[in-house]
Amino acid sequence: MIEVPEQWASAVRAATQSGCPLRIRGGGTKDFYGHNCDGELLDTRAYAGIVDYEPSELVVTARCGTRLAELELVLAASGQMLAFEPPHFGADATVGGMVAAGLSGPRRQAAGALRDYVLGVKILDGNADILAFGGQVMKNVAGYDVSRLMAGSLGTLGIILEVSLKTQPVPVAQATLRFDLPEEKAVALLNRWHGRPLPVSASVWHDGDLSVRLSGAAAAVKAAVASLGGERMDDEQATHLWTSIREHTTPFFRVDVPLWRLSVPSSLPVDAIGLDRHGERLIEWGGALRWVAGHVDGRVLREAVAEVGGHATLFRGLDKTSGVFQALPPALMGIHRNIKSAFDPHGIFNAGRMYPGL
Amino acid sequence: MRAEPINFIRQAEVVGRLLAVLPREAVLYQSEDTRPYECDGLSAYRQVPMIVALPADEAEVQAVLRICHTLQVPVVARGAGTGLSGGALPMGDGVLLSLAKMKSILAVDPVACVARVQPGVRNIAISEAAAPYGLYYAPDPSSQIACTIGGNVAENSGGVHCLKYGLTVHNVLRVRGLGVTGEIIELGSEALDAPGYDLLALVIGSEGMLAITTEVTVRLIPKPEVARCIMASFDDVEKAGNAVADVIGAGIIPAGLEMMDRPATRAVEEFVHAGYDLDAAALLLCESDGTAEEVEEEIARMSGVLRRSGATGIRISASEAERLKFWAGRKAAFPAVGRISPDYYCMDGTIPRKRLGEILRFIAAMESKYGLRCPNVFHAGDGNLHPLILFDANNPDELERTERFAGEVLEKCIAVGGTITGEHGVGIEKINQMCMQFSASELALFRRVKQAFDADGLLNPGKNIPTLHRCAEYGRMHVKGGQMPHGDLPRF
Ligand SMILES: Cc1cc2nc3c(=O)[nH]c(=O)nc-3n(C[C@H](O)[C@H](O)[C@H](O)COP(=O)(O)OP(=O)(O)OC[C@H]3O[C@@H](n4cnc5c(N)ncnc54)[C@H](O)[C@@H]3O)c2cc1C
Repeated sequence: MIEVPEQWASAVRAATQSGCPLRIRGGGTKDFYGHNCDGELLDTRAYAGIVDYEPSELVVTARCGTRLAELELVLAASGQMLAFEPPHFGADATVGGMVAAGLSGPRRQAAGALRDYVLGVKILDGNADILAFGGQVMKNVAGYDVSRLMAGSLGTLGIILEVSLKTQPVPVAQATLRFDLPEEKAVALLNRWHGRPLPVSASVWHDGDLSVRLSGAAAAVKAAVASLGGERMDDEQATHLWTSIREHTTPFFRVDVPLWRLSVPSSLPVDAIGLDRHGERLIEWGGALRWVAGHVDGRVLREAVAEVGGHATLFRGLDKTSGVFQALPPALMGIHRNIKSAFDPHGIFNAGRMYPGL
Repeated sequence: MRAEPINFIRQAEVVGRLLAVLPREAVLYQSEDTRPYECDGLSAYRQVPMIVALPADEAEVQAVLRICHTLQVPVVARGAGTGLSGGALPMGDGVLLSLAKMKSILAVDPVACVARVQPGVRNIAISEAAAPYGLYYAPDPSSQIACTIGGNVAENSGGVHCLKYGLTVHNVLRVRGLGVTGEIIELGSEALDAPGYDLLALVIGSEGMLAITTEVTVRLIPKPEVARCIMASFDDVEKAGNAVADVIGAGIIPAGLEMMDRPATRAVEEFVHAGYDLDAAALLLCESDGTAEEVEEEIARMSGVLRRSGATGIRISASEAERLKFWAGRKAAFPAVGRISPDYYCMDGTIPRKRLGEILRFIAAMESKYGLRCPNVFHAGDGNLHPLILFDANNPDELERTERFAGEVLEKCIAVGGTITGEHGVGIEKINQMCMQFSASELALFRRVKQAFDADGLLNPGKNIPTLHRCAEYGRMHVKGGQMPHGDLPRF
């Protein structure tokens, strides 16, 4: 039997010849994200399975088609987790799709992003070569950090065949506190806590309601619960809350209006960019991630966000003509084009999914 | 390595152009002025640069780059020159671009928990500036009192606390830099991510080959309330190695987890008087930080694991002064070793933690094979080895044996699934081993990445990524008639 990567290498060669691009897809749970792209479907689920997992090494290596839910179950059985708390957006989410989308969940501000946990990748590039970068060790500075470049590349640079991720022990203790607070006060409070050695592992504010999750050693969580105040949420309810925030299943994330994702400095005042006039809002990551649901003028919003050093993504929306991702300055766009052709000289991978022409 | 002679006609031409954009004292070209820049921390490689340029701000860096690009002069950036892989080794036909004058801390924002600094700012100066707010910059290379943030970004430097707090790449939010033609590029942002490809990750660790860093925004984190450190003795290095895996296997991520073998602790003790147990075959330093309650809980758990893993002695720092003393020894390991031998050669491989015992046996075998001593210090928690081969550079045979010794250890690191460099970079030093760690098509991709930023190959050419030609030569050197060198000697 021909190995799957070999079959895909043939598909890459065929696509190069025919000029018909490939559309790389796992479980399709993130089809909504980025621009639509045409091309022949390459379903990554054909290449699945955990290749290697050693809890004491804090590393797991999995093939792209492995279901994310399955991976998380295996880690949980050893008391470990993916610390960046990736959203699944559906039961069929795959590991490859997770890396390509590069999205992190509620723990992002405290624990780091998906890209921070990528240790190594094996990819199939546009020359149909199978290449390995990074590895299974924590520290590796040999050559350029191509592994992390794959995170969030939306499949435009190659097919991620395999990825090695750093895992982390599940925290011993956890508690969620609720506060009634208006937006400005909530952001100010989160900013203040961020500068103190507290075990805050997630936060969400919406409509006057702030929830903060604490995770860590039992003693640390207990001490923080005692000192921060608020009302302690029951554990089951808390688990449900954080899952629904991660998975966008709360009513705020309804699908009938465009959803904007604003990545901004965490200390950005609420009224700084007229955010308070821009539709309904939900805040995560201690203020660094602000979701806006509503029909807003994307151009105005983007200019304002850029002004304060952030960027806006049209995360979900039907009309993507003004671009899903914030436009890049010309010098950076030039480098992006060069990088794209370094990996995919014939432009056959997920053409246009991120930016037109990439 | 033979030094390249300077072409004085070319030198005069480039100096003339540079003097139009830089003050006179910022352009050095007399050999007595350029000589101090002939090497970085890897002094076995030396080359006097054609010119040293010392810009004072970004506009001057830009002006220098534009001239160099127009005249097609290669540019090698330099921070403090503490790099250990020859990354800042100058070129005889190039400009050495020192960023040392750009050393202002531009902003410390205690609310957003970030600092914006110029590239020549020393690592420790950032934490000092953040200290009044109870914040600090986490990556702490042992060279932190001297090395610059620009150098840290270029090498993706780590420190003894990066097991828990990450490397440079995990703690830098934004790099502003100049491309080879002088165009300004901003990678990352003051938010937690940026649109497009993660070029920030690509530039961090790129050894000055993709862009010149002119400004860095780093993440600051709250200083833990308390930190305490366990010093555990072992009567056997392998047992100590296994204890490292046991601690992590128990679900604990220590703030630091370092190991030193007896030859290293003896050298250090004489120098620093840290109170190390000199009878132990190996020492582990295992640190916990956080709230007082948290630390107490973790220290108890860690001590339990270490005892069960066979520690013959355990001391827990009773005061901050004692904790710093434990670390002073570890942090001074390189200079301490420098005192017991005319020269030493610091290696920097990473291996999967579970192979620690095996690699230690291998190194011991190499010590007898090459007749050279090799104390070991490790960032054990993340499997990063720093064997220090002792030699005398005045004895050419010893230098040559040292290089072969080091080469074998690096190859062993690759063989056990590790890498030839964990934090010191490839530079010029490990360029040959790159040919072993990566396939021809992987190296070709690296070269295409380089071209994506620097089409003419003017930024630090010849470092980090070997040419195909170089690998072919190295291959010929090492594979004779399809046989590995010294095929007659046992391999472990
Ligand atoms: C005693 C000692 C202990 C050490 N301990 C550690 C340790 O614990 N962990 C660790 O990781 N390293 C350690 N190092 C290695 C070294 O200190 C680091 O690699 C450091 O980051 C180098 O910083 P530098 O400013 O000296 O850079 P340099 O040596 O001047 O340059 C290093 C590289 O960075 C490039 N560069 C410098 N500035 C810029 C810029 N502005 N833009 C683009 N490129 C630039 C140079 O071209 C070169 O390739 C140690 C070194 C010594 C001597």
